[in-house]
Amino acid sequence: MKKRLNARVEIRTSPHIHYAPSVSQIMRNVVYALVPISLFGIYQFGLSALALIVVTTASCLATEHLFMRVSDRASSLHDFSAVITGLLLALTLPPGFPLWMAAVAGFIAIALGKVIFGGLGYNILNPALVGRAFVQAAFPVAITTWTPAFIPGRFNEFVPSTLTLPFLKPISPAEWINANAIDGFTGATPLALQKFEQIQTSTIDLLMGMTSGSAGESSALLIMACGLYLAFRKMLDWRIPVGILVSSALFSALFYLINPDLYPPPLFTLLSGGMMLGAIFMATDMVASPLTPLGVWSYAILIGVLTVTIRFFGGLPEGIMYAILLGNAASPLIASLTQPRAYGKDRRSLFNRRQKEES
Amino acid sequence: MAGLIHRAWRNSFPHGIHPPGNKFTNRLPIKRLPFADELIIPLSQHIGAPAEPIVHRGQEVVRGEPIAKASGFVSVPMHSPVTGVIAGIELTPTAKGPKTKSIIVRPHPGAGQKVLYGAPQDYSRLDRNELITAVQDTGIVGLGGAAFPLHVKLAAPPGTIIDTVIANGCECEPFLTADHRLMIEHADEIISGIQLVMKLSGAKQAIIGLENNKGDAFHAIKMRLPDKSPISARLLETKYPQGSEKMLITTLTGREVPSGGFPYQIGVIVHNVATLAQLGTLMPLRRGLIERVVTVTGPGVKKPGNYLTPLGTPIRQLLDYVGFSGTANHLILGGPMMGSSVASLDVPVTKAVGGIIVLAEERKIDEHPKNADPCIKCGRCLQACPLKLNPSQLGLLAAKREYQAMEEEFHLNDCFECGCCSYVCPSSIPLVQYFRIAKAINREQLITA
Repeated sequence: MKKRLNARVEIRTSPHIHYAPSVSQIMRNVVYALVPISLFGIYQFGLSALALIVVTTASCLATEHLFMRVSDRASSLHDFSAVITGLLLALTLPPGFPLWMAAVAGFIAIALGKVIFGGLGYNILNPALVGRAFVQAAFPVAITTWTPAFIPGRFNEFVPSTLTLPFLKPISPAEWINANAIDGFTGATPLALQKFEQIQTSTIDLLMGMTSGSAGESSALLIMACGLYLAFRKMLDWRIPVGILVSSALFSALFYLINPDLYPPPLFTLLSGGMMLGAIFMATDMVASPLTPLGVWSYAILIGVLTVTIRFFGGLPEGIMYAILLGNAASPLIASLTQPRAYGKDRRSLFNRRQKEES
Repeated sequence: MAGLIHRAWRNSFPHGIHPPGNKFTNRLPIKRLPFADELIIPLSQHIGAPAEPIVHRGQEVVRGEPIAKASGFVSVPMHSPVTGVIAGIELTPTAKGPKTKSIIVRPHPGAGQKVLYGAPQDYSRLDRNELITAVQDTGIVGLGGAAFPLHVKLAAPPGTIIDTVIANGCECEPFLTADHRLMIEHADEIISGIQLVMKLSGAKQAIIGLENNKGDAFHAIKMRLPDKSPISARLLETKYPQGSEKMLITTLTGREVPSGGFPYQIGVIVHNVATLAQLGTLMPLRRGLIERVVTVTGPGVKKPGNYLTPLGTPIRQLLDYVGFSGTANHLILGGPMMGSSVASLDVPVTKAVGGIIVLAEERKIDEHPKNADPCIKCGRCLQACPLKLNPSQLGLLAAKREYQAMEEEFHLNDCFECGCCSYVCPSSIPLVQYFRIAKAINREQLITA
């Protein structure tokens, strides 16, 4: 007896096959790539860095959950994007940053950076950087108070400022640092040292992360390795970091050639501060960057040039955060100006399009 | 620039995707399928006007006899695939949904495979118009899936200069192997079909394009081609949609079909190898198209293979013949990228059906998640779209129902629904489906306006 076909036949639309990592798989891989950087940050800066990472991540997740509940939408925690925001945010903050301020930063990152626009996929700016920009403006002292890496007692006690009570002025960690017998620590990052005192930090120290700085922006080598992992898994657009790094190196080389005493060598520009973390993990936020081929390159070059401009001519030693935020803000415009020429279409310039719209 | 690099280094067009080939049946020779209890011949199985029946209920017909005539220039006749009796002219279901008028032929018991109609002809004496009429009489349409009448395509507007004929042997859709087997087993017929098309178009050269997963077919064709033949064969990168007309033209000639235009405008015509094989077979014998090779495959099929199937065979009978395992509940006519699901098993095999894929419950190729995630603007679709459109932007506009902007600003109408964007979308957004809806609504508004 022949088996008859099941009467229930499913109707679907083509294509009937689908092969792609899901959104949460992509996001989870970004988290995997950020784990080694976070662990290295904890190794460098101890308990305070650990607490900082936990607090920002928890704050981001809680905020996202809260807003999804309020707006009566399905929980979106499983897509892991809030974890990325939390981790990235922690990695850009000074290790001894007061925890209550970190919680505020996490809340702002998700609330003002993400859910207000409609959640994942709709944010205009990188949420982590929105949070960071907020606390940079709100707590200018705390966010520029640095602690040295590898303090001997870092796993036994917190940096005093970490445990500041909400709405109180953070305790200066200066005494604690002195007590930990670190001589001659000025509390300045390599960028500040270079900018204000023309002191160069060695390239090896920058590569290995032997310097002070934010919790996760110190070891350029490790960040590059983690970025390569994502790029090979095709979950990170390699053109953005390459574009940013090359353009900022070339742009800063220009100034270095003019006045090597005042401006740092290009390699320093690449390895110091948040350049690596920003170029590889922040500027590549898919949602906030353009996706047309020409647009990607323009966006990357814009960020590279802006970073160097802010570093060299702005009041701040570091410029990558504002450069990326400006790049994010410009990306819808960049995207609309760089639509690819479709197959079989004439190469049409921006002006043609304008004329067509007017007529 | 990117196009040049792709052509020179990889024998391909830029962008596209690499789905798993799943060509399980590429070593199985073409086998004849027995006649079904009833053959259903829809009068409209090609693009253009439906054919007009020239038979009546109860009339006896022989295998190969015309049973419906073309009702205009853009129309083709139908021929009876079997010796038997006309059981009726009725409305029957089609793969697309709405019922259509069909001629039902009931085979005589013991009806043979011998074609009893037609007479050999020497078509080299015919002039151009007579040739085109002769091609129309065969009832051949584009067998790659478009089902556009062949003679219309051959009758290019006066003044067109065709320099290259392209034979499309890419078969880039996963699973399908019918064209692959045809090129191995019927290379001579394909070549004589190409020669006829070259004669009609005045083209000086012809290129047979194959994906490089068909090395055996490439050698089979090479062996049949004399030295210094104006016909050449080229192996191309195995990449979807290599076999789409536009992509293949670009890969082989570097030219781009203008948006909204036709290949003849850039001096090229493309025909599927299955179409050419039928042309080469039927023209010398002055016969009509009554059967075609159909790949029946998929995890749900017990005896997968390439079957020479009488047109009009109901899918139910075909599947009964090949057997299936599990509770097959997903049937695709054509390939998995562009083929359509069938709602009814009473749909017959028509001229445009090159494959039937049965996906079994226990082993689906992939399960579409039920809900789409928001677009995360990863840009994978831009890197997949062979036409260099911006599917991400199109999808966002579709969600906002800005169908006009999709058409005017983002070239919606150039999209040929190859499915690459949906295939690579991490958010599982049904982009192609959005585009179909948008196109339909725009067409509707054009009519009502």
